[in-house]
Amino acid sequence: MGGLRTAGDLVARMQMTRRMRLPEAKAYVAEKLRVAPEDLSDPVAMADARRGLGLGAIPTEDTATVEDALAIEAKVNIARVLDVPVRSVERLGALTRSRRG
Amino acid sequence: MERIPTRMGDGSLVRMTRDEIEAEIRAGTEAGAKRAKVEPLRDDEVAHLVDIFASPARFSAVDIGGEVILTSDGVGSQDAGSRVNDLQTYEQTVCTDTVELYHHDYSFKPIKPVLPFEQETMRQAQFLLTIPCAYGAMPDLGRYTAPDGPVPNWSQLLPLGKIDEARAAQEEAVEYAVEDIVYVAEGMYEAGADGVNLDTAGAAGDADFLAALKAVERIRAKYPDWGIQIGMASEFVLGMHGELEYDGVRLAGLWPAAQMKLAAKAGVSIFGPAVNVNTGKTVAWNVARTCTVVKPCTEAATVPVHLNGGMGVGGVPMHAVPPVDAVSRASRACVDLLKLDGL
Repeated sequence: MGGLRTAGDLVARMQMTRRMRLPEAKAYVAEKLRVAPEDLSDPVAMADARRGLGLGAIPTEDTATVEDALAIEAKVNIARVLDVPVRSVERLGALTRSRRG
Repeated sequence: MERIPTRMGDGSLVRMTRDEIEAEIRAGTEAGAKRAKVEPLRDDEVAHLVDIFASPARFSAVDIGGEVILTSDGVGSQDAGSRVNDLQTYEQTVCTDTVELYHHDYSFKPIKPVLPFEQETMRQAQFLLTIPCAYGAMPDLGRYTAPDGPVPNWSQLLPLGKIDEARAAQEEAVEYAVEDIVYVAEGMYEAGADGVNLDTAGAAGDADFLAALKAVERIRAKYPDWGIQIGMASEFVLGMHGELEYDGVRLAGLWPAAQMKLAAKAGVSIFGPAVNVNTGKTVAWNVARTCTVVKPCTEAATVPVHLNGGMGVGGVPMHAVPPVDAVSRASRACVDLLKLDGL
């Protein structure tokens, strides 16, 4: 579907975590991103949508700046925007929590 | 009449007329219907396949908006850079929707002793990747047989007529395999993986498939929202044991629709049917047969279905470098006709 260029990774997360079939997964992601389902595989439309919500981009100087969330930073936002568990984000939270009594 | 370039199941290029291609497609769907005891493709579906395969274009694709999700059984060659570099390349250059970390000895049993190393690699990958990253391996029940494994070798017992001993050995191997799969899956969950892929399930027959189902059941019970995928080894489950059941259903001889129902019952997120390629037939014949065999599976699916499409399965030629004209036609045809959720 295009992965980071589009919304392929986001739709994949709905299949993996919620066992949604494709039409349902696309509709869910589109609603959360406030775009039309047909925009999800459009790299031009999705570049702006992903950047606006901090959902990650291809990490080159042409496609991202230091202002953009990438990798684990972006996954924190993906978990919140899609309302799905992302295991590495859960680990990040658990391991960076204050350990002082 | 124009002779159109098309492919055989071994990848070699041949030229056929449109009528010859249609004849291949009709023969393929009839072969699939007869073998799997399902309905052949409708005339409009045959016509769509003819349109796809009668085009001389280098590449074929679904309509804009009809794209599907791609999952994999391991990504990267492991020949350049690190395994994490492989995953980054697939994320940022190939732009796949998901990636899968894998050990080159792609079975759960040999991963068990190196799990801490695999966990650290997964942990590093999760820092650097945005897209979902699963961990994959095979149940690979044969690994548990003598002389390398702990149970007697049923492939040696069966020719001797020692049926009961062969069955007992397979049942014992199932329990070992389930423990190893669950152990690795738990380790990968702790390391931050987005899911686990039990790939080539059923490769050693019905006991192999049973091990996968029992492992999925336990993993799902522990992690209700985690990605769990089963990818099958072949189109029907071989009856190496012959009497094994899951949820009251005999596993030997199951075709994709019945396989999917049991995998969904066990708790998979994604089910991957596999249909083998006949290298002596055309890709058009193989794709028509694949669509015929898998159609009842996608029609009845309650979970996403990602058809196995790669060297020797899903209509893709059995060749190490399958031609893109054949891969794209097989992929498009199966997505269009089967309403797939992914590949």
